Amino acid sequence: MQVDIKTTSVEQLRQTFSHVARHLGGDKPASRYQEASIGLQSTANFHYRPLWDTEREMYDVRRTQIEMKDWYAFKDPRQYYYGTYTIARSRQQDTMEKSLDFVDKRGLLRDLPEAARTALIFALVPLRHLEWGANLNNCYMTAYGYGTAITQATMFHGMDRLGLAQYLSRIGLLLDGNSGESLAQAKTLWMEQAAWQPLRRLMERMMVCGDWFELFVKQNLVLDGLLHPLVFRHFEPRISAQHGPALSLLTEFMTTWFDESSRWVDATIKTAAAESPANAERLRGWIAQSRAETSEALGSYAAEIFGDDAGSALAKVQSTLDARLTKLGVGSVEKAS
Amino acid sequence: MTDAVFIAFQTNDDTRAIVEAIASDNAAATVARFPAMVKIDAPGRLVVRRESIEERIGRDFDLRELHLNLISLSGNIEESEDEFVLHWGK
Repeated sequence: MQVDIKTTSVEQLRQTFSHVARHLGGDKPASRYQEASIGLQSTANFHYRPLWDTEREMYDVRRTQIEMKDWYAFKDPRQYYYGTYTIARSRQQDTMEKSLDFVDKRGLLRDLPEAARTALIFALVPLRHLEWGANLNNCYMTAYGYGTAITQATMFHGMDRLGLAQYLSRIGLLLDGNSGESLAQAKTLWMEQAAWQPLRRLMERMMVCGDWFELFVKQNLVLDGLLHPLVFRHFEPRISAQHGPALSLLTEFMTTWFDESSRWVDATIKTAAAESPANAERLRGWIAQSRAETSEALGSYAAEIFGDDAGSALAKVQSTLDARLTKLGVGSVEKAS
Repeated sequence: MTDAVFIAFQTNDDTRAIVEAIASDNAAATVARFPAMVKIDAPGRLVVRRESIEERIGRDFDLRELHLNLISLSGNIEESEDEFVLHWGK
């Protein structure tokens, strides 16, 4: 049977905006992600130099040592622009709210033995301060970065960190019977407890890192790449093995989010490294230094939450990061034999 | 001459990736664009691969999502988690 459509069609003269077409290499249909990202940032006709940096323009490629011919070569594999990002996160928020209700109604965290609750408050709730720092760092990258492709994604990433901080706080409130005690305790741990101080120092040092791409490496690739799997893939299963899956329900967002954002972080690093050997070299240097600092900072925290198994847990996350870096073209060139 | 199979989708941002994936996976397929509809014809066999769509759409994709924008199709259907195949007798 023949499908016979008789129509008079009005042909569009153009498929997309000129500036998008120039980037795509021709007038082709463009996706909403492309139209919402490509060439959005102004590159000309700034009326004055910024008062806070009179040596440079408002948007300036010189704020990082990474060099790119085209800053829109960075593509977010998740293709998040404002619309799709908010819709995706809103769906995840609905799921999380249901899980929080579930755990709250049944008192699954509140009724854990005191030792378990104390251990969880120690391990998880002060992380909300680290997440706030991560938000600040990603805001820095957004503020001083170049090109909407990357700054848009770092802004979304920053918002995600606030979400993570809020969820960690909600877990704390479920652990302390909604009194807010756990949050005060977490603040004290963050400011005073010996095992947390190296991580706090690391975060404070990151806040004074001047090169925004270097900060991207330190925060989004190395610190997250080691800390998140350590806590949510190695520590959390130990808790569920002993106390059931209540915590797993509440950290589901953290693990899904990490996998999803890693795709974006990986694509960004890979693009920067593939651009030039100079970039790759610079990235390797930053990664090496950042790993040394971060591994040192994680030591006492890991010892507290894993006890004797700290060494093996850290080794596992290090080797996962190694494999990841090699795939991105910034793995260590020489291996000690 | 082999009988043609076809699949037709609404023209919108969601089907862009699907149409690109089908065009790239089926060398003998032709894509015809009408107002608000995209019709893909192929001689004898057409395969829609989940993986190819996922590469282009940037997220996980369930092949049953095809039905959200499907207008019509012709051919015998073979469905799996990974492929949606239209054919006339193998």
